[in-house]
Amino acid sequence: MDIIGFFQNNYERTLLLTWEHVWIVALSVFLATLIGVPIGIAITRNQKAAAKVINSANVLMTTPSIALFGLMLPILAVFGFGLGKVPAVIALVLYSQLPIIRNTYIAIKNVPPELIDAGKGLGMSSWRRLREIEIPLAIPVIIAGLRTAAVMNIGIAAIAAYIGAGGLGVFIQQGIARVYDEMIIGGAIMVSLLAILVDAGMALLERLVTSKGIKLEKALKS
Amino acid sequence: MIQYEKVTKIFGTGEDTVTAVDNVTLDIDKGKLVTFLGPSGCGKTTLLRMTNRLLNISSGKIIINGKNVMEMDPVKLRQSIGYAIQQIGLFPNKTIYENIATVPRLLKWDEKRTSERADELLDMLRLEPSSFRDRYPVELSGGQQQRVGVARCLAADPEILLMDEPFGAIDPINREVIQNEFLRIQGKLKKTIAFVTHDIHEAIKMGDRIAIFQGGKLVQYDTPEIILTQPRNQYIADFVGADRALKVLGIIRCREVMEKSPPNVVQGSMNTKEVLKMMEEHNWKHAVVLLKSRPIGYVTPKALKYEDTEVREIARPYPVTVEEGSVLRDVMSHMLMYDMRVICVTDEEERFTGLVSLNHIQKHLIDIYAEDMRENV
Ligand SMILES: Nc1ncnc2c1ncn2[C@@H]1O[C@H](COP(=O)(O)OP(=O)(O)O)[C@@H](O)[C@H]1O
Ligand SMILES: [Mg+2]
Repeated sequence: MDIIGFFQNNYERTLLLTWEHVWIVALSVFLATLIGVPIGIAITRNQKAAAKVINSANVLMTTPSIALFGLMLPILAVFGFGLGKVPAVIALVLYSQLPIIRNTYIAIKNVPPELIDAGKGLGMSSWRRLREIEIPLAIPVIIAGLRTAAVMNIGIAAIAAYIGAGGLGVFIQQGIARVYDEMIIGGAIMVSLLAILVDAGMALLERLVTSKGIKLEKALKS
Repeated sequence: MIQYEKVTKIFGTGEDTVTAVDNVTLDIDKGKLVTFLGPSGCGKTTLLRMTNRLLNISSGKIIINGKNVMEMDPVKLRQSIGYAIQQIGLFPNKTIYENIATVPRLLKWDEKRTSERADELLDMLRLEPSSFRDRYPVELSGGQQQRVGVARCLAADPEILLMDEPFGAIDPINREVIQNEFLRIQGKLKKTIAFVTHDIHEAIKMGDRIAIFQGGKLVQYDTPEIILTQPRNQYIADFVGADRALKVLGIIRCREVMEKSPPNVVQGSMNTKEVLKMMEEHNWKHAVVLLKSRPIGYVTPKALKYEDTEVREIARPYPVTVEEGSVLRDVMSHMLMYDMRVICVTDEEERFTGLVSLNHIQKHLIDIYAEDMRENV
C-alpha cells in the first residue's frame, strides 16, 4: 500500500477537499455559535424552558447522522436544497446545538451567585453583568462546548459526502465504491489530522480568551 | 440619612408566606454607623437589601435623603450607594484595580481620576498600590480580599454604605484588625452606614447605635451602652450575654472616667527636697513626674527621703501608660498585668492629661448600673 504515493499523485485534490471540509465545518460551527450561545444564555433565566430546550437538543444529537440527512432531504427539497452543502451545513448546525447550548447554560449557571449579587448591588445593569462577569467567567466552558462541536462536526461532515456536500468524505466514499484502499485510508488520515489540529487549535483559543485571574484560580484549585 | 417607615417584607404567596421584616421603623442619621443585630434569620439581610432595592418592599417606605427609593431608578440608586457582602464577591476575572474601578466606570469617570482614586483607597486600606493594583483576587489572602471589597464599595465616594457582615469571612485576629481600620476610616469619612452582623461584639464595637431584631421585628434601638446596661427585655438580655457588665468595659473610654489634671504632679526639674515637702504637706502617696509635659515616672515620699537632686533623676518609670481613647477593658487589663492601681493617661502626642484608677472605673460603673440594679432588686 502506498499512501504517500497517493498523496503525491493527488495533492491538489487533497488540498481542495480539505479546504472544502474545513469550510463546511467552520461555517456550521460559526452559525451554531450564533444560535446556540444566545439560546444557552437565555434559558438560564427560565428553568422550565431550559429543560425543554436541552432535551430537544439531546434528541437531535442522538439521531444518527445518516437518518437526519434522510429526514431533511424531502423537507429541503421543497426549497430546492435537497442535496449538497446546504443540508450538510444545516445538519451540522443542528448537531452542534447540544454541546454549545448545554455548555453555555451550565457555565452561566455556575457563576457564583455572590458575584451576581455584588454586580447588581454595585449598580451594574444586567447586560453589563453578562458582558463583564458572566460571559468572561463562562468562556472557558463555552469554548470547550465549541471544541466538542467542531471535532464532532469534522467526523459528521465526512458522512455528508453521501449527500453531495463534498469534503474529505468524498475520498472515503469513492474509495469504497472503487475498492481503492489508499484513497479510503488517505481520506481517513486527513479527517483524523484535521480533527486533531482543530482540537489543539480550540484548546489554544480557550487559553487565549480566558482571563489570567481565572487561570490562576484554576491552577490554585488543582 | 436613611429612614425606614413601617417597612414590611413578606416572601411567598398564599399559605406559604414568611414575614421576614415586620413593620420596622427606624432612622439612621447622617454620618452614623448603625449595626443591625440579631440571630440568623431575623431579617437583617432582607431589610438591608430592600434599601438599595435588591428586594422589593411589601409595604412601608424607605426614604434616603428625602427621596423614596421606590421612586428612584434602581440601577442609579445602587450606583450611588456602597455595597459590601460577607462573601466579598470580588470579580475573579478582573484585577484588583478593575474591581475597585467598577462603580467609577459605571459612572463614566475618566481613567485618570479612577486610577488616582483606586490608589488612594488602596493606601487607605494599607495595601501597597504598586504591588496590589495589577494582581488578581485569587492571589490575595482572605483579609486582603475583604479590604479590597471595602475599597470597592467606597470607590465612588458614596454617602451611604450598606454592609452585610462585611468582615464575617475572616479569622478573628484579622477581623479585629480590619474592624479597627474601618473605624479609623469611618472616623474621617463619616459615612451613613447600615451594617449587618450577628456578632454582639462587632455590633457593640462598630455601632454608634444598635438595632436589635427578633423574628423580623425591631425590638430595641439604642446606643451600645444603653443596650448593655438597660436591655429592654429578657430576649435582649440573653442575646447580649450574662457578661454584659464586662462588655460595657469594652465601649467606655478612659476619658469618660479619668481624673483630669490631678494635683499630685511635679516637674522633673524640681528638687527632691522641695517635692518631698509638697508631698508631705498635701499628704500625697505618690506624684507624677513630668518632663516637657510627658509623664516620665513617679516618686513616693519614701524614695525621696535621703535624696538631694533633680526629681527626674530618681523617678521610677511607669511600665505602661494609656491613651484617653483606650477602652476600660484595656486599661483594666494593664492594671492587672502590671499590678498597678493608678495609670497615667496621655493624649495622642503622649502628653500627660490625667490619671485613671480602679476606683474611678468602679464608681462610673456603679453610676451606670444604678438604674438597672434598682429595677432588679
Ligand atoms: N428569597 C427568599 N425567599 C423566601 N424566604 C426568604 C428569602 N430570603 C430570606 N427569606 C426568609 O426571610 C427570613 C429572614 O432572612 P434574612 O433576612 O436572610 O435573615 P438574616 O440576614 O437576619 O439572617 C428567613 O426566615 C429566611 O428564610
Ligand atoms: Mg444575613
